[in-house]
This record gives sequence, structure tokens and C-alpha cells, in this order.
Amino acid sequence: MAKIVVDVMLKPEILDPQGQAVGAALPRLGFTFATSVRQGKRFEIEIEGEPTPAILAEISQAAETLLANPVIENFSVRVEK
Amino acid sequence: MKIGVITFPGSLDDRDAARAVRAVGAEAVALWHGDSDLRGVEAVILPGGFSYGDYLRCGAISRFAPVMSSVIEKAKSGLPVLGICNGFQVLCESHLLPGALTRNHALHFLCSDQRLKIENNSTAWTSEYEIGEEIVIPLKNGEGSFQCDDSTLARLEGEGLVVARYVGENPNGSRNVIAGITNERGNIVGLMPHPEHAIDSLTGPSADGLGFFTSILSRMVSK
Repeated sequence: MAKIVVDVMLKPEILDPQGQAVGAALPRLGFTFATSVRQGKRFEIEIEGEPTPAILAEISQAAETLLANPVIENFSVRVEK
Repeated sequence: MKIGVITFPGSLDDRDAARAVRAVGAEAVALWHGDSDLRGVEAVILPGGFSYGDYLRCGAISRFAPVMSSVIEKAKSGLPVLGICNGFQVLCESHLLPGALTRNHALHFLCSDQRLKIENNSTAWTSEYEIGEEIVIPLKNGEGSFQCDDSTLARLEGEGLVVARYVGENPNGSRNVIAGITNERGNIVGLMPHPEHAIDSLTGPSADGLGFFTSILSRMVSK
């Protein structure tokens, strides 16, 4: 069994009001390190067997079709060690 | 004159949309998300609501409902389709219209009577309006901020594909204060505010929304 992680983030040019709200809340709590916060989604997908290139390609296709909206979002696919 | 109104799990405004269809003298035909048969309708309305709980992204899962395969295929060959609010989100997720609807810039769910300016009256759904006409209809959404890349925005503006714009303060952060758009052919219209909630002054802020329904009716009659 393997676990594949798909991270989905809004493209840099798309306004992220949720990330901005989180970024504005941090200094109110005394956390002053952040110059910017952006919020995304993480999908954890479990599969039987080994994550072959064919399966990873299929997962990429699923990410492009359903998990992410390529109009506003970028995604990345990786195997969790 | 048969106009289909699709019900997805989580649709809210299908009944008001059907009521608006009947108010102009057309027959409202209930279409079910799980059924790919469009039952011979001559136009389709995708109503507002929270289809599939807005899970993943608004409209993202509805887009793959069996009924949408038929709608997408027929819309590409000219079937008139109006997507209101969640319906607009479904049209964008289906790539029948460009761009996407994202979280309102102030993160609030909005519910108010909104003034709009009609900018394109050559679509299947807006022919009964004058260009520049201002109407007041309800706006109620949490994810109504219209976003697209610069080249798409330039194309929408350059080809006159913006159907309606918000008047006054930008309520949700939409690019170029866009409230609704159409495709090149003018058969598909997506609109964030709700014309079906403004068909008489007893139950809505005005009867200004009726024009969307009289427009499609007069188009169907004249064919």
C-alpha cells in the first residue's frame, strides 16, 4: 500500500481572502514572522500496491479533472514516504 | 414551450426558477441530476443552491452528474442554458463559460438587493432588456467573486461577453465588477444574482428579473 499526496493551491495571481484572513490573525496572536499566508487543500490518496508511473499519471489526470480547477489552481502530486 | 429546471442534491432555488418559468407562460419541466434525459426541453436552467454541499469547490461535483453530460453536449450545439448563482459556478466548472467563482473578498456570505447594469441584450436570456438598463434583484452567495486570467478578461471585455455588472461598490471582489457573462454564441448565460427571486413585487424587491424569462420565451416563440 502506498499513500499519494495531492496538494492544490490557488494560482499566485488569484486573490486568496482566506489566506489573507489567516495572515491578519497571526500578528494579533503575537506571531509576527509571516509576510504572507496562502491557504490550499491537501488530498491523501491510498492505493493498493506500488505507485507505478502509470498510476501516478492517472492520479495527475484525476487531479486535473476533479481535485483542482486548472483555471484558478495549481496542483502537485507526490508519493508520501 | 418547455424549459427544464435541474435539481441537484442541495439545490435550493429550483422551485423559484420553475415558478418564474410558469409566470411567463412556459411549462417548467423538472430534470433530475441523476437522469441524463432532458425530456425534450428547449432550454435549461441550472438553479442556485449548494449542490453536493459545495464540497471540493462549488459546482465541481455537479459538473459530473449524468444530466450535465447531456447539458454540456447540447449547450455546445446551441441549447439555451441559464446558470444562476450555483448554476453559474457549475457552468464555469463545466468549462461552458470561462473563469471561476471564488470566495467573496470580504469572506462574508452576502444577501441583499443588488443593483445591476445590463450590458449585453443579444443573448438568449437578455433580449428583453435595454443595454444600460439598471435592475434590482437579490444577490445571495458566499463564493461569487468572478476570477479569470488577464487574457480571458480582455477577451470577455473585447467581445462584449459581459452580460451584467454590479452597480456601486463591488460586493464580492469580482474582476471588473462582473455579475454575469455569456459565451460567443449567446446561448449560455451565467449570473450570480437571482432574477427568479424578483418576478413580482409581492415576493421580491422588484419584478426586474422577469426579463430573463420573457427573453427566452420570446426567443422560443419566434423560432
